[in-house]
Amino acid sequence: MEQALLIHRLHFAFTVTFHYLFPQLTMGLAPLIVILKTMALKTGNEQYNRAARFWAKVFGINFVCGVVTGIPMEFQFGTNWSHFSRFAGGVIGQTLAMEGTFAFFLESAFLGLFLYGEKKLSPKMHWFSAFMVFVGSWLSGYFIVATDAWMQHPVGYTRLPDGSFQLASFWSLLLNPWALWQYAHNMSGAVITGAFVMTAIGAFYLLSRKHVENARLFIKLGIIAGCIASIMQIFPTGDGQGRMIAHNQPATLAGMEGLYKTQQGAPLAIMGQPNPATGQLDNPLTVPYMLSFLSYQHWNAEVKGLDSFPPQDIPDNIPLLYFAYHIMVGLGTMFIAVMVVSVFLLWRGKLFDARWMLWILMLAAPFPYIANIAGWMTAELGRQPWLVYGLLRTVDGYSTLVSAGNGMFTLLGFMGMYTIIAILFLFLVYRVINEGPEPETLSVRMPIDLKEAAVAVKN
Amino acid sequence: MVVAYVILDGFDLGAGAIALIVGRTDAERGTIIRAIGPVWDGNEVWLLAAGGVLYFAFPLLYASSFQGFYLPLMIVLWLLMLRALGIEFRHQISNPIWRKFFETIFSISSALLTIFFGAALGNVIRGVPLNSDGYFFEALWTNWRVVPNPGILDWYTVISGVVALVALTNHGALYVTLKTDGDVNKRSRKVVSILWPALLAVTLVSLVATLSIRPELLDNYKKAPIGFAIPLLVVAALIGILRFHKSGNEKFAFLSSCVYLAGMLGGAAFAVYPNVLTASTGPQYSLTINNTVTGSYAMHVAIVWWAIGIVIAIGYFVFLFKMFKGKVTEAGGYGL
Repeated sequence: MEQALLIHRLHFAFTVTFHYLFPQLTMGLAPLIVILKTMALKTGNEQYNRAARFWAKVFGINFVCGVVTGIPMEFQFGTNWSHFSRFAGGVIGQTLAMEGTFAFFLESAFLGLFLYGEKKLSPKMHWFSAFMVFVGSWLSGYFIVATDAWMQHPVGYTRLPDGSFQLASFWSLLLNPWALWQYAHNMSGAVITGAFVMTAIGAFYLLSRKHVENARLFIKLGIIAGCIASIMQIFPTGDGQGRMIAHNQPATLAGMEGLYKTQQGAPLAIMGQPNPATGQLDNPLTVPYMLSFLSYQHWNAEVKGLDSFPPQDIPDNIPLLYFAYHIMVGLGTMFIAVMVVSVFLLWRGKLFDARWMLWILMLAAPFPYIANIAGWMTAELGRQPWLVYGLLRTVDGYSTLVSAGNGMFTLLGFMGMYTIIAILFLFLVYRVINEGPEPETLSVRMPIDLKEAAVAVKN
Repeated sequence: MVVAYVILDGFDLGAGAIALIVGRTDAERGTIIRAIGPVWDGNEVWLLAAGGVLYFAFPLLYASSFQGFYLPLMIVLWLLMLRALGIEFRHQISNPIWRKFFETIFSISSALLTIFFGAALGNVIRGVPLNSDGYFFEALWTNWRVVPNPGILDWYTVISGVVALVALTNHGALYVTLKTDGDVNKRSRKVVSILWPALLAVTLVSLVATLSIRPELLDNYKKAPIGFAIPLLVVAALIGILRFHKSGNEKFAFLSSCVYLAGMLGGAAFAVYPNVLTASTGPQYSLTINNTVTGSYAMHVAIVWWAIGIVIAIGYFVFLFKMFKGKVTEAGGYGL
């Protein structure tokens, strides 16, 4: 691969991966906050409002980091992938611009009201602003997924003689069947992250015997939402997404499964390491016939292996694709196990005393992040060597006039900048968690503000 | 949309740039930042929305200019990110060192952004070395001359950067005057009094400089003399700023500054039309409105959803500005 192309790919991969650490939590927390606000409105119990305020603080810090790291994404289409933008901008520019115009305006306007307007707004209006934040963040997610879905499965376009794409059908772009499955799969993944994080903080408080009432509420809401989302993640959304890939990107499916040879009754690989040199899976542990059944609902269906595609048309990094996919599925299976056991214990009334389970729930928090990122890596590595599947190759899409040196300069710049953001983020979230959701901490804060005011008066 | 961005984000960029000068104490600087706090990220969204529209409506222009301006755009990105961090993280902790740090970052990145935006506009007016594919790449600087192989920064674009710095700082100071009282108000009024003659001077210098490097820019005005209304408007706005400022009519002084900015941008757009990116390599390479626009179906669809989206967005803005109207005080912000 040409050096500049590699750097441009790393540039986008790094910035988008770091970016997606934040929206997956905000999109996952938003519906949970709406549930908390709804309970507060229905029961009049102030505890739900306290819980909502606590999560709003976590949400706010994540939102800022998400916005800050999101701005470079739109820019990079032009700066690092200008040939791609020239060809495809007429189509995907639509969904990207719609994200800005509809979703982003909505979310940022109502988030301001939600975070700072509780005293000024009526409880109903405050609930409404929380709801609109949820709508805004989920709409945002849809427009972005629809953009990616068009690159995975291009629809609703015509092609001009110069190679550029023109939008031919607005509704087929927006209602791309690929986008619908990918969106469902992606959003339930985000809810898993939100639910696991909420549960983990609840478990941490319970284990430290602090904020007990709120902790129980966090765990209860977290594991119920997490249980539903974890199951939906495999079925129907994961299953539907998988069949989309089997039908439209057979080479990608073969790469994900490490299936080198075309066969009937293909096995499903649970473990093993793909070996591109020998064209086989080393140390395999497989379930016979399972892949054929899952892909085509037929035990003996033929599944195409990597050998049935020209070498220039298969994904260029099979091992990474294979592992990204297997890490995602493996973690997803464990999420279901953890959540089902937790819900069972909750139902029996034993969860809050089962300290071993609380330890597991607390330590589980990072794994949904890994699974979500691995899922996106599967989607994007699986799309290779295409930028627009089957139509425009990645090698034809990058900015040829931006040298490898300039690309490296800005990639390193982003790495430095993001290191600072990561440190600040962890520090600020740690403070919020340490302070906790209880109201008495407000009085601790007052003297500092008073002192500040006194200093201001003196000056 | 670009005009909307410059006017809206212009005042918070400018207010940011003067925050360290007019805000002597922690609490005073807090006042300034609270004055723009609730509205700044909405204003910034205009930049993203304008970028998005540019992307689908003029894909070639987007692709060409973003690749060509790679380095300055990346620097602008970093500055935008630093600025957002500065304003959003400042209020998280009430430790004076923490606050001072983020205020400084916020202020410096705001000032540098105005210069880069001005320089970018300067590049568009001066022209860039487009090749026959409609692409180019510019280094940050070469030999500081306008021809034949210009960098992003040369003597001309530095002038336009300074114009933007002065104009937007003045714009921001007028906004702060409007939104505050007490010492902060007094000091930012003083800033306006100092900046106004500078604004007049750099406006004239940039006019002369522009006509000396691109005399053909007058052609559009000669063809359609109605265009001369725009420079007249700019002059009227400049006088308006001074008069309303002297008489203490803060609102109209700020509005005059809005008119000034719209006039400067409108005048430039009128002069380069129909070019959207002028080639310094020869007029046949210039990107025009006509050779970059996307297909008509896409435009028709987009106009429908765009109009709906903008009406909704303006609705939020009216609502937000109403919620947060009035003067900001040191103690309680807007009473939220």
